Amino acid sequence: MAQASDSIRFILNDTEIALSDVAPTATLLDFLRLERRLTGTKEGCAEGDCGACTVLVGRLAIDSKDGESLVYETVNACIRFVGSMNATHVVTVEHLAGSDGTLHPVQQAMVDFHGSQCGFCTPGIVMSLYALWLTNDNPSRAAIEKALQGNLCRCTGYEPILRAAEAAAKERPAVVFDPITRTREAVAARLKALRQSETIIVRKEEDCLIVPADTAGLATALADYPTATIVAGATDVGLWVTKQMRSLNPVVFINAIPELQRIESSKTGLAIGAGVSYTAAFEALASAYPSFGRLLDRLGGEQVRNMGTIGGNIANGSPIGDSPPPLIALGATVSLRSKDGTRSLPLENFFIAYGKQDRRPGEFVESIFVPALAEDDRFAAYKVTKRRDEDISALLGAFRISLEADRVKTARIAFGGMAATPKRAKAVEAALMRQPWTEDTVRIAQAAFETDFQPISDWRATGAYRMLAAKNLLMRFFLESMGEKAQIERFEDVA
Amino acid sequence: MDKSAFEEPTTITGPMHNELRHDSAHKHVAGTADYIDDMPEPAGTLHGALGLTDRAHAEIVDMDLSAVAALPGVVSVLTAKDMPHSNDISPTHLHDEPVLAEGRVQFHGQPAFAVIAETRDIARRAARLAKITYRDLPHMIDVADAMAGGGELVTPPLTLQRGDAEAELKRAPRRLKGKMRIGGQEHFYLEGHIALAIPGEDDEVTVWVSTQHPSEIQHMVAQVLGVPSNAVTVNVRRMGGGFGGKETQGNQFAALAAVAARKLRRAVKFRPDRDDDMVATGKRHDFLVDYDVGFDDEGQILAVQATYAARCGFSADLSGPVTDRALFHADNAYFYPHVKLTSQPLKTNTVSNTAFRGFGGPQGMVGCERIIEEVAYALGKDPLEIRKLNFYGDKDSDRNVTPYHQKIEDNIIRRIVEELEASAEYQARRTAIVEFNRSSRVIRKGIALTPVKFGISFTLTHLNQAGALVHVYNDGSVHLNHGGTEMGQGLYTKVAQVLADSFQIDIGRVKITATTTGKVPNTSATAASSGSDLNGMAAFDAARQIKARLVAFAVERWQTTPENVTFVPNHVKIGEEFVPFAEFIGQAYAARVQLSAAGFYKTPKIHWDRAAGRGTPFYYFAYGAAVSEVSIDTLTGEYLVDRVDVLHDVGRSLNPAIDIGQVEGGFVQGMGWLTTEELWWDEKGRLRTHAPSTYKIPLASDRPKIFNVRLAEWSENAEKTIGRSKAVGEPPLMLPISVLEALSMAVASIADYRECPRLDTPATPERVLMAVERLRGR
Repeated sequence: MAQASDSIRFILNDTEIALSDVAPTATLLDFLRLERRLTGTKEGCAEGDCGACTVLVGRLAIDSKDGESLVYETVNACIRFVGSMNATHVVTVEHLAGSDGTLHPVQQAMVDFHGSQCGFCTPGIVMSLYALWLTNDNPSRAAIEKALQGNLCRCTGYEPILRAAEAAAKERPAVVFDPITRTREAVAARLKALRQSETIIVRKEEDCLIVPADTAGLATALADYPTATIVAGATDVGLWVTKQMRSLNPVVFINAIPELQRIESSKTGLAIGAGVSYTAAFEALASAYPSFGRLLDRLGGEQVRNMGTIGGNIANGSPIGDSPPPLIALGATVSLRSKDGTRSLPLENFFIAYGKQDRRPGEFVESIFVPALAEDDRFAAYKVTKRRDEDISALLGAFRISLEADRVKTARIAFGGMAATPKRAKAVEAALMRQPWTEDTVRIAQAAFETDFQPISDWRATGAYRMLAAKNLLMRFFLESMGEKAQIERFEDVA
Repeated sequence: MDKSAFEEPTTITGPMHNELRHDSAHKHVAGTADYIDDMPEPAGTLHGALGLTDRAHAEIVDMDLSAVAALPGVVSVLTAKDMPHSNDISPTHLHDEPVLAEGRVQFHGQPAFAVIAETRDIARRAARLAKITYRDLPHMIDVADAMAGGGELVTPPLTLQRGDAEAELKRAPRRLKGKMRIGGQEHFYLEGHIALAIPGEDDEVTVWVSTQHPSEIQHMVAQVLGVPSNAVTVNVRRMGGGFGGKETQGNQFAALAAVAARKLRRAVKFRPDRDDDMVATGKRHDFLVDYDVGFDDEGQILAVQATYAARCGFSADLSGPVTDRALFHADNAYFYPHVKLTSQPLKTNTVSNTAFRGFGGPQGMVGCERIIEEVAYALGKDPLEIRKLNFYGDKDSDRNVTPYHQKIEDNIIRRIVEELEASAEYQARRTAIVEFNRSSRVIRKGIALTPVKFGISFTLTHLNQAGALVHVYNDGSVHLNHGGTEMGQGLYTKVAQVLADSFQIDIGRVKITATTTGKVPNTSATAASSGSDLNGMAAFDAARQIKARLVAFAVERWQTTPENVTFVPNHVKIGEEFVPFAEFIGQAYAARVQLSAAGFYKTPKIHWDRAAGRGTPFYYFAYGAAVSEVSIDTLTGEYLVDRVDVLHDVGRSLNPAIDIGQVEGGFVQGMGWLTTEELWWDEKGRLRTHAPSTYKIPLASDRPKIFNVRLAEWSENAEKTIGRSKAVGEPPLMLPISVLEALSMAVASIADYRECPRLDTPATPERVLMAVERLRGR
């Protein structure tokens, strides 16, 4: 296999790093804390949920004009692997204050508004607010809440942190003060230079990590190592390492492959590359399917949305993944590629059984195609959780229905959390077909959920609750189609 | 001498009652505040991991640790037999809590061995390689299991009794019985447990540990090692949150680190992963409350009888005082003419439950407010009306005696509630909500105003003592140390304010130093909201001693009288002369004045006879009230807290900014406990909610959309506390009982408020929806 490099190279604050003996499962957090002694970044949970380890990662991203721009996003350093950092700029809390110790406006506001108590979550919160500060000089309270969806604070009750974020947004001292603004152009040039043109392979003892430069390289790597673990955002695989202590070898990182980052919109629908993060996919999905957008707002925290990908959510096959049910309801297809070629299949057929997907050795998910909604299609996706944000679904229902002369012409309904795989509610669909779109029809169709699903009880919900809520989501869908207010919206002022 | 010496100095920075920011705020935001894992490790530091068992109750038949020891990088494997002197860390000295399980496993996840390795990663991997053979024993996971299994208790129960509740219940015009389940709570301090032990000469060991109770760590480490307490020094600069979870639960990690450090002659650090931390350390107790209330047609309560049964886990830990405090608050702010309350601290095969902000009080109070709700729904009245009818009377009333026979002499609850009712426009909003619910099919709203009265003092009287050590150096800078620990609550800041105020110097001259058993001995845990009451007074006492010596020195040197020597901002005024503080101290030093003092304080007035259930366990009470408004979705049970208004009493606040932070933070933490935070054990006794992915504490978006918090600025502690302030740590945690009751009202709207929804906690969306379903069609 041709390779341009045997090291991972990136910029950490203002230092260039080159690592040629890094293990495939080495985390960014351990690298920062143990090797670089940058102890401002904390470990709170080691699973990407608390945000104490939040850092910013700058990367060259395809922008809307198909050009490139340097974007900075929050990520959870605890589950991000060092092997995935090539050609990025990692910014930690230590980088924010001026060299004379003067605090950044975001930090100063947190002090002035009493935004810290025990202080342990604070560096992570500062970084999340900093990411917001960089892009928004007049954030609404909802926007601040959203920026903080991936940060837990156990002391303050958040109110002072929101006040700090509002105050900081207005503080725009000389640009030169902000470390990212100050170095943006130089960093972008450096990252361009660090970008790989061919596959990187790094070995450490028996272990090996592979970073292909393109899909052809990826296909070759998987042909050479059919059992390799493919890692995109690591928001799930990260936990295999930090929690299950699994040894993964080799690991193929696909987060930097440009071809997998593409979103193509046409009249027929959206093609989304498997490496597109939730954040990157948001705009396209939310404008084509507004309810999908509201769902994405509640998927993980901002850090997880910046890292995690829709492709990974699918390839992973979790019965509680948030994107498969709406994608199935929308009739999406998945394209799989290997060295031998490409094939595509309806997404619902991809999920065979719990933990078993129709992905052959050497194959990878390349893209997902989501058909456009027809003029008269009604579509909604509803997520039900214990805590509104950053929680794994107890159940998730997605509905796509079209009517003809007030009767149901087509119905595609899919649920997560109700079976061992994301699954269509075919009995419910059948009960609706050709029936008048009325409350009576909905009531009859509700009973059909018992045919489609026998949900389990676990810590997220009992089977009884899942069943009842699933039936009620159909009612919610109906009532909303009739213009009734049938759910509580938290983010009404977020575009 | 410069001319300014004769000009009147104006003010100092950071006196008492000032809105000073947290002393570490700058370091917090810059990432330079050091927590124990951030400290540079001594060369050769080893790392420990716990070896957890996976049975709820079993005999250990065999423990094969050969694969653990064989993993390259493992240095040592410790079992119970390796404890040099004692394998016991029970804080109550009941010898019911081993450092490492020996012979028998008593809860799923109980540590049975510890691995010490070159890296934390190796230690964690090795800990999973043990082969343990068990012989299973029957296990009891929750209160119902424990009752069915005979109701074994971990510690003696308490009964509080006044009058003849049984007879009055029979006689009462109306009577209601019910049960309420109240869930537990994981502390979820952001910084998990951690201990770093560094061996010293002879039998010495120094332990840095994230603990609220350094003295207990010291004693436990000494006990396990078999050395006197003077060989063990325990230090803590700050914790990344405690909330009660670091009152006793750090013992295990500190003991293991110390044992390994002594054995291997190397520094040893234990930092459990979040999952291990949540599985292996105790939580807030969950309760089953059985209540029986007699009342009249107006809603006046005549008699209450209640049993508070708690899941305590396998050992006593602090379950005795926790279940006691539940009873102490089972009256909240209401007078019960006849009352009998009993605790039932049940043994279960779960992790031993422990202290958590409120310490049983919140559960007592939630049960009490359920009783109020029951009475209100039975009579078709607003619960607030029932509350007002049953409030304790004032000092001279005949309705001011608690179930534990303490007279309430500082009651301000009526004023608090009435001011809040008006400022939050409770009545108008309630009317509007009832109107809204009439026409809204899916979304329903609820509103509730609930009060808090919380007793301040450790109920174990001897714990109400504290020490401080203050040095004034000859350059006029001041070194402050006291027995309290900093966990984010701003204690260090407040005590420094006391010193700045006492000496009348800028707070910048006061250096706040890490809590250490080497400077202030025999301290009590920083708990029971007592931190600033006790340590503030101890520091005040130290300053008083030094000032007395300084005054005596000035009297002699300036040939004046004591009345003519006063401490004024950054100066000492002697007659008409203003001597800068540093200069004055320099002269005192030269005159050989002792510039260091150990201060001490013990809370006056209190006493408690547990056997008789009588006494004055509390020095005073803190009060507060909250109005909460919520919306629920009756199709899924999901909800939103629309608005909260709080009026809270902290006496004369030592630091209003810090106190408001405590109120807001306590509110949201308590709201989490009552709403989304659910602990879930499976049938094997495994805790399945052991990480933030499965255990859901509030996020920024869960906080009330509108959140108005005010301190009762007119309030002043009736007792002579430091600056006439009141404790603030725990009382606000109970304000969100109003959220629970507002959810309940929204649910009740389904059946036109004719029936109490009996919403148990945590009121997850599932519980809300299931309550809605129960009421549909009634």
